[in-house]
Amino acid sequence: MENQKSFDGTLSADEFYIAANTLCEKWKSANTGLPDWTWVPYKRMPSGASYNDGYLSLESIYHIKFPKDPVKSRNLSEEDEEPVDSATLVHVPSNVIHAYDFHIAYSHSYRDPVLYFNGHRSDGQPLDLDEMQKDLPEYSQKLLTESKWTFITVEEHPYLHQPWYMLHPCGTSDWMKLLLHGRPDAADYLISWLSVVGQTVGLRVPISLVSSCAKHDSI
Amino acid sequence: MDLYSEDAARFVWEGAIPIQIRLHESQVTTLPPPPPVQILGPRIGYLPLLVSSIKPHFNDTLPPGSDSVWFEYKGLPLKWYIPTGVLFDLLCAEPERPWNLTVHFRGYPGETLTPCDGEDSVKWSFINSLKEAAYIINGNCKNVMNMSQPDQSELWQSFTKGNMDGYTRVSSKLKLGPFGEDSAVKITAGRIPIRLYLRILGDDVYHLEDVTAVESWDSISYINRPVEIHREEGEEGHYITFKKAMKCLLPEFFDDETSEPDHVFVQREDNDFDAANENSKITGAGAVMSCPEEQKCADLAFVKPHSTKKVNQIKLIRIQGIEVDLEIPFFWVVNNLKNPEYYLHICVYMGSSLNHA
Repeated sequence: MENQKSFDGTLSADEFYIAANTLCEKWKSANTGLPDWTWVPYKRMPSGASYNDGYLSLESIYHIKFPKDPVKSRNLSEEDEEPVDSATLVHVPSNVIHAYDFHIAYSHSYRDPVLYFNGHRSDGQPLDLDEMQKDLPEYSQKLLTESKWTFITVEEHPYLHQPWYMLHPCGTSDWMKLLLHGRPDAADYLISWLSVVGQTVGLRVPISLVSSCAKHDSI
Repeated sequence: MDLYSEDAARFVWEGAIPIQIRLHESQVTTLPPPPPVQILGPRIGYLPLLVSSIKPHFNDTLPPGSDSVWFEYKGLPLKWYIPTGVLFDLLCAEPERPWNLTVHFRGYPGETLTPCDGEDSVKWSFINSLKEAAYIINGNCKNVMNMSQPDQSELWQSFTKGNMDGYTRVSSKLKLGPFGEDSAVKITAGRIPIRLYLRILGDDVYHLEDVTAVESWDSISYINRPVEIHREEGEEGHYITFKKAMKCLLPEFFDDETSEPDHVFVQREDNDFDAANENSKITGAGAVMSCPEEQKCADLAFVKPHSTKKVNQIKLIRIQGIEVDLEIPFFWVVNNLKNPEYYLHICVYMGSSLNHA
């Protein structure tokens, strides 16, 4: 990324760590009404690594499916930020409240971030792919039907070693190259990346975050 | 030394493990219980691909319900997306023949294993790995993505049938190797796909015979990180030794090896002797690097002559069932011992012991 001429849409493990910190800070200051992204450091034994190993985590994002209102993402714990009619909530059967956890890990193979996610019902029961599929935006549902094995699949989480859903990263560098117009800034990489990737799973990045990056980019 | 040998690759393709599979008692509904099945499991294959052969033996005794097949070794659920040979090398410190596995057709442990819908899951896990390997080697996965339907089908069919020639006919179009100066593709620098499995042994293990069974995948570290080869001035790409590549992956275990080579790669006595002798043939770069390290170790010994500390040591490095000599060219290891999805799977056993610093 340092050499702009040869920017190929990828980033190094060190740049990923820098970008992760930027995402955490900007997300927090943007008052999204959602929980904060946090960096989860990981001590490998043995490490075999000189960089800061770990992953980004955003947990307990609630997805409520109201009978007539198609899709709404809200965080129930931040009621004062974005008022939620608790009277309505009482009537929502527990099986339509789905909580999602999102993790972003660095792939040394693709030299790009990879999104992992997992969902469970409010009673803690994990969601299966069919249930989760219904929570996805329409275009992702379509893509998932067309390419069952190459879009979202269940993979071993690289740090937790449990089955998690993974958005396949092949092609990330191609569209990141276009998205950043050859004006890469390692720090803002993840925000730009998440603004695209988040949409495929219904996680919206606040517009204020993205525009702050665009401003920075044009200086 | 040729960096690619068809004969060596054929040995890998033909390698198989004699497996004895019994049905888990919870799924036996008949008396007497069905006898175990003996089968040869190809090293490069995956356990779910054996299901069609073993199912008929157990079919009549299964309880009602639908199948969700998984395998277990001494209580440990086996990850189906790891090649069978790698599971064997990793979980059997001393090779067990036949390898005694238990099959379950019910009660899939979805908390620890990713779901498997039979051959399709295996096929796509394989192709996604191939794609990842292609990205590592070429910087994109276009060759794999653009594979024609007939080619894709021939690739998979050849793989499942162990037909190396058929597989090579299709896979050679992907331009993923072999690596080395004298080979057709001439990849002499770049990134090489590696999956490394690190098994950490208990404190009191001195011999492989004393190694106890793996109780949980938590005691195995997994590193999926390519080795990067930068071609340096005056250095031939294929002269990078396997040791140098291992040092890239696990730098902390190769730091002071030049001063005490026999502590790094603990094998049988005769091999230690060989390793020590081979040391004199290290390439220029290796020899230069060893000097400051030796100095540092000597200083440490002088300051703390009697201190003891617990150190982790590599006890064994195994690829395709072979204990690989650290001094052979890395490209030879990759070209000949890689799996068909172009990943080199390396099993490392590590133990800790008290060492006099």
